[in-house]
Amino acid sequence: MTRLRAILAEGVALVIGDPQADRLVPPTGFTARLTTFAAGAMAFLAVFALALSLASGRLAARWSEELARSSTIRISAPAEERAAQTEAVLRILQATPGVAQARAIPAEEAAALLEPWFGPNLPLDTLPVPQLIEVVEESTGFDPQGLRLRLTAEVPGAVLDDHTRWRAPLVQAASRLRILGLLSILLIGATTAAMITLAAQAALAANAQVIAVLRLVGAQDGYIAQAFVRRFTLRALSGAGIGVAFGLVAVWLLPSAQEAGGFLTGLGYRGWHWVLPLVIPVLGAGVAFVATSAAARRVLRELT
Amino acid sequence: MVEKCKAACAAWLSLHVVCEEGKKGQTCGRRGQGGCVIELDRVAMSYGGGELFGDISLKVQPGSFHFLTGPSGAGKTTFLKLCYGALRPTAGQVRLFGQDVRGLGRDDVALMRRRIGVVHQDVQFLDHLSVADNVALPLTVSGRDSADQLANLDELLAWVGLRARADARPAELSGGERQRAALARAVIMQPEVVLADEPTGNIDWEMSQRLLQLLVELNRMGTTILVATHDLNLIRAAKSQVQTRVLRISNRRLQLAGADL
Ligand SMILES: Nc1ncnc2c1ncn2[C@@H]1O[C@H](COP(=O)(O)OP(=O)(O)OP(=O)(O)O)[C@@H](O)[C@H]1O
Ligand SMILES: [Mg+2]
Repeated sequence: MTRLRAILAEGVALVIGDPQADRLVPPTGFTARLTTFAAGAMAFLAVFALALSLASGRLAARWSEELARSSTIRISAPAEERAAQTEAVLRILQATPGVAQARAIPAEEAAALLEPWFGPNLPLDTLPVPQLIEVVEESTGFDPQGLRLRLTAEVPGAVLDDHTRWRAPLVQAASRLRILGLLSILLIGATTAAMITLAAQAALAANAQVIAVLRLVGAQDGYIAQAFVRRFTLRALSGAGIGVAFGLVAVWLLPSAQEAGGFLTGLGYRGWHWVLPLVIPVLGAGVAFVATSAAARRVLRELT
Repeated sequence: MVEKCKAACAAWLSLHVVCEEGKKGQTCGRRGQGGCVIELDRVAMSYGGGELFGDISLKVQPGSFHFLTGPSGAGKTTFLKLCYGALRPTAGQVRLFGQDVRGLGRDDVALMRRRIGVVHQDVQFLDHLSVADNVALPLTVSGRDSADQLANLDELLAWVGLRARADARPAELSGGERQRAALARAVIMQPEVVLADEPTGNIDWEMSQRLLQLLVELNRMGTTILVATHDLNLIRAAKSQVQTRVLRISNRRLQLAGADL
């Protein structure tokens, strides 16, 4: 508790700061602007990486849920037996526990499903397109093994495709995408740390004479470091704040998600997730704090 | 003008004395055996090449006034650096207020500099700050820049005759003014010891006298003084006002200079 309070106090002191200490280091115009810009650009990218990660997470969840609850039965039979077999399958499904709904997909709908691949003028009659039956499960699900056995016994042309075979890689892909998004955020953080380290190191080296004078008058390392750390942390905070603001506006301006939109237009934030990007500037400031502290400690050790 | 300056000087001095007495209780206890402020014991120093000097021993008693002289390049500046912890000897032991400098970290050395004021040969300031801010720098970095403490600043600036230049930038000061500002900065923490490296290096005789006067006044109040200089006239002038010891570095040894000075 007291530790937490000490850390909080340190944070507050950092933000409000010791303007005296800050004054002792001459203003460094160019590196200052570069740091702010870099932090801003990185925060902007982080907003998108976060959106990507959240959206693919949503997608993975939706797919695994939706796909798991529907399966299809494919009937490949000579045209004259097709209707009878379809009916037989529907009868079996009605008697199968765990099946909420079963529906034979009409020929036009099947054509619409194939259209993206074969174009609009598909001569369905001449192709041996199988009859499809869509099965929607209840939440409890049915026993695919039992159903399969019954189908082979009674309707030899019917094959149950319970989607598990191709559901898994899709959900996996979405999960991977989510991990990639998170990884991007980490990389962005690391790059920010690297850039701020370089900037801080340059600023410290450029101020070697100032540091020498400060030491001469009895300044301890912590005091000297603080002047630089405070400056870079505040710059990163403001830069990242601006970057996040721009990023959020850009995400907000994306076309909204429609039924047909799919993944890309679903990239925006939903609900309370809009709050998450606001954490980015705080994280950026934290990264700058750690990076500058480490750089200052190193440079001050070398400058003796 | 002179009268005014003297009055200001007296005011600042009286303050200084009071504070000195207040401090005494805590600082003396920390001094080593014999109560020496600076103690060199068979010290040798080299910068990697040949030995600059070797087997030097010296005890600086509190309240004493030492001059350090010797040819250019003999190692006067190096010697002073050993005396405030900026350098470590290659052999032997240096003790500051009884503490072996080998046991001091960088932060300890920083704290040491609040007790040992230094006027460097090549005086350096923070050029983006005013003269007053530069003189107050030791207070600022030690977190003692309260209004109380800063009240002395004005008198101190008057003492060194820089009150009118308080708001100037260091780059606008003349050589003598820079030296005086450096002295003011060195004494603002009311240190127990003041080390000055060629404080009269590039200023005229009259200004040298003025600076010497300031050092003598500090010494009369109990501050230990060690001045490195090659200016023999300055040493003679000092001898007529205060008891001093003159040390000379020559042939890699430290000797007590004879009565020829
Ligand atoms: N940091 C350093 N690295 C290597 N050699 C040094 C260093 N500082 C000083 N020296 C050498 O040590 C010798 C003594 O230097 P120092 O500055 O102590 O002399 P000095 O007596 O103060 O001379 P001056 O009267 O000209 O100021 C010189 O030969 C100098 O070149
Ligand atoms: Mg010298």
